[in-house]
Amino acid sequence: MTASNLARALRAIVGDDGVLDGDEALLVYECDGYVLERGTPELVVLPRTPEEAARVVRLLAARQIAFVPRGAGTGLSGGTLPLDAPVMIGLSRLKAIETIDVRNRRVQVQAGVVNLNVSRAVKDDGLLYAPDPSSQAACTIGGNIAENSGGPHTLKYGVTVNHVLGVEIVLASGKVVQLGGATEDLPGYDLVGAAVGSEGTFGLITRATLRLVRAPQAFRTLLAVFARVDDASAAVSAIIAAGLVPAALEMMDTLILQAVEQAFGAGLPLDAGAVLLIELDGPEAGLDDEAALVETLCRRCASREVRRAASEAERALLWKCRKRAFGAVGRLARNYCTQDGVVPRTQLPEILRRITRTAERHRLRIGNVFHAGDGNIHPIILFDERDNDEVQRVLAAGREILEACVALGGSLSGEHGIGVEKIAQMPLLFAPDDLDAMLRLRRVFDPDQRANPHKVLPDSKSCIETRTPRRQAAM
Amino acid sequence: MNSPLDDTQLGSCVHCGLCLDACPTYLETGNEAASPRGRIHLMRALADRRLSAYAPVRNHLDSCLGCRACEAACPSGVPYGALIEATRPLLEAARPAPARFTRRTLGRLLSSRTPRELGWAVVGRAAGRGFVDRLARRTGSLALARLAALDPGPRPRLPDVFEPPGEVRGSAILLTGCVSDTAFRATTRYAGRLLALGGIRVTVPNHQGCCGALALHLGDDRAAEHHLAALLSATAGPHADWIVPMAAGCSAHLRHAGRHLPDNASAESFARRVIDPLALLAQLSLPAPRHSVVARVAVHDPCHLVHAQGVAAEVRRLLSTIPGVTLVPLSESEVCCGSAGTYNLTEGALARRLLARKLSHVAASGATIIAAPNPGCLLQIRSGAIRDDLPVEVVHPLELLGRAHGI
Ligand SMILES: Cc1cc2nc3c(=O)[nH]c(=O)nc-3n(C[C@H](O)[C@H](O)[C@H](O)COP(=O)(O)OP(=O)(O)OC[C@H]3O[C@@H](n4cnc5c(N)ncnc54)[C@H](O)[C@@H]3O)c2cc1C
Ligand code: SF4
Ligand code: SF4
Repeated sequence: MTASNLARALRAIVGDDGVLDGDEALLVYECDGYVLERGTPELVVLPRTPEEAARVVRLLAARQIAFVPRGAGTGLSGGTLPLDAPVMIGLSRLKAIETIDVRNRRVQVQAGVVNLNVSRAVKDDGLLYAPDPSSQAACTIGGNIAENSGGPHTLKYGVTVNHVLGVEIVLASGKVVQLGGATEDLPGYDLVGAAVGSEGTFGLITRATLRLVRAPQAFRTLLAVFARVDDASAAVSAIIAAGLVPAALEMMDTLILQAVEQAFGAGLPLDAGAVLLIELDGPEAGLDDEAALVETLCRRCASREVRRAASEAERALLWKCRKRAFGAVGRLARNYCTQDGVVPRTQLPEILRRITRTAERHRLRIGNVFHAGDGNIHPIILFDERDNDEVQRVLAAGREILEACVALGGSLSGEHGIGVEKIAQMPLLFAPDDLDAMLRLRRVFDPDQRANPHKVLPDSKSCIETRTPRRQAAM
Repeated sequence: MNSPLDDTQLGSCVHCGLCLDACPTYLETGNEAASPRGRIHLMRALADRRLSAYAPVRNHLDSCLGCRACEAACPSGVPYGALIEATRPLLEAARPAPARFTRRTLGRLLSSRTPRELGWAVVGRAAGRGFVDRLARRTGSLALARLAALDPGPRPRLPDVFEPPGEVRGSAILLTGCVSDTAFRATTRYAGRLLALGGIRVTVPNHQGCCGALALHLGDDRAAEHHLAALLSATAGPHADWIVPMAAGCSAHLRHAGRHLPDNASAESFARRVIDPLALLAQLSLPAPRHSVVARVAVHDPCHLVHAQGVAAEVRRLLSTIPGVTLVPLSESEVCCGSAGTYNLTEGALARRLLARKLSHVAASGATIIAAPNPGCLLQIRSGAIRDDLPVEVVHPLELLGRAHGI
């Protein structure tokens, strides 16, 4: 079947403007938030309803054509890069919040609904969708589920998998399956748990039932300023050791402070080695005591100053700085690439030291802004994509940092997923048997590997050594 | 030819996508080529010559409203407004001659005085009349509804000066732009009187002409420069503390006069004095309003006010001083209504979809009055409300304030 035939058949399902096949439109879809590798699909399809999406997949199945799902394209590991997948299915038109069940605290949404819009829709009912990736103003629930995304507040509330009750997936065969459902704790195997984080390799997620939590009654938001990163790391351990469970516990280092201060002018200390953004939430009673305890612990770890947000506006400004830090980095360099490794919390000082050494060795600037409470680091490597030598050094530094995380007893990815970016390092973390078991699980859902091929699990095609970095590098 | 697109400005986009959901055209189409990040990608491809400005490329860039919602959402400080302005002349140059000619003529007709006044002499007789209103509803015609939505004219001309009743605390020049001296004369009069009430001596220069924003929107950068230079000389007389354009599109444009006319010595100081009438009123101490307006009022936030100038809270603060007014929220109040200068005329289909989106939120808000602080938006939303027979009044906040102050 020729491309134009296929386009015609797809247009019959999704309408004329729902199939993009012009060079200029495809070019726009050549990468997501991970810009180091690029490649255009042959067609982009934008179904308008979950049912249309299922028909699209059935049509592709009948012709044995592989596809790659795309939400908002904010992914940071290249999950939407088409590798042997001619068709990209964009979920941006599946935007309906279908049912809101306030009493049972759950919502059913279509996959293209933007994360923040879920919380907005239930705000007046005093409810909240807890996972809050920093990209929440743009990223989709489908993408969140595919990546098992986290966010600053997942220290207390858990990541996406803890908040998904059920998903509807269109398997690559075109069959629509419902995993889980509206009830919590269904007996039997936890298939929802397996599907969350599958990065599009099980099929196309079209709907999800999400759990809502009560919005906290009150907050205390603190900013603790440290001269040295090590002291800030020690404070993180001290806070957790004291039995406190802050809603969020985030670190930003000097480089990041410079970027966000330039962007938002929040009066952050530019001479600090690191700051911790600490949030406590819950019922009003007792919060002040907890905040006082956090302050004492920070000061004991040589914090030179602990500020408290005095109003909702001040709190919002601090969070704006944190949540938009990645983007703000655009003010310091033309490009950035961020790693997403995890280490045991006690190893934070050590991994940060190793990152500094890596930066020096490869002559790169690396900033750190991350979920310190979870030990989930986000070193942000600054570079200029036009400098090919620098690009190679970035790739090497990224690999080194991930290997260090694994060596320190951690993992490759806290929340951004494996995608294409970290696929070559999977064997560092998993034995061949483990990888094989995962492959067999995947084949249960997608026997022919037509849903987002060559992702997550390494195969001969996906391995970075055989892939030319930046496949269509002419940017 | 070197690309006029600034490489550093283009490069400041890190492709994070945080701007996507702020963009009205992406919200409506779900097509990333009609999103800010996608358009920047296309501009970069034009600059790098990976693409030429052929028709589909132009379509995606033409469909940009220029609302700059993306700029407000972008953490990386990408100057999107400047980028799209620099791109538009490239698009014009690549357009087939007939289309280029039509667009240019449209821009010139709308921004020159004689044809506009001649047109108004005819249109003004039908404007705001009840029979047009009924006809618009019956036929569902937006064009007729637009006619019905205009301030009923003709009215006595605006005075040359609005004198403060008490102590003079400052001076301002009121810029009526392309439409506010005719189609929105009543609103303009309220602006003058309210500012005067706040102690500002307001002058309205004759023959001030267009500010050039329209021409720039249509990619005619030469005409835009010409208009701006003419406006600078028309307002060069006695010094005024403030320059107050009636339309947000004009003030957003004029605040960058220095960038548009780098060689003009007075442009920078002119630009610094530009302010929207509501933003200026919010800084003055007005007496308490004497009359009440009993209504549930929702505010629409014009793109060129909220995104380009950060003015939103001021409008609500002023309205809340009026006894009887209850402010109610309007969902997506800051998403474009589809009016966007000449967008209405050049990109009709998408403009209508954005209007429908706005009207559904208007209907759901439960407001009895929609306050729209910009003539273009006012006309767009009011005509939609007339056509669809919505039970709301769409009014400029200046008019509400004027009524409340009894002036
Ligand atoms: C500035 C910035 C900040 C970020 N902060 C965080 C953060 O704090 N925490 C965090 O976890 N992540 C963060 N991310 C990463 C990213 O936003 C998340 O991974 C997000 O969940 C991706 O959602 P998306 O809709 O953009 O998905 P996309 O990028 O479009 O896709 C991501 C992956 O999911 C798959 N996919 C998308 N939709 C579907 C679907 N419907 N069915 C099946 N597969 C699908 C794609 O194939 C791809 O593999 C950040 C990114 C940016 C740019
Ligand atoms: S314009 Fe700004 S917000 Fe949008 S993708 Fe580029 S950097 Fe991100
Ligand atoms: S100016 Fe408005 S329409 Fe244009 S890209 Fe930005 S947000 Fe979208």
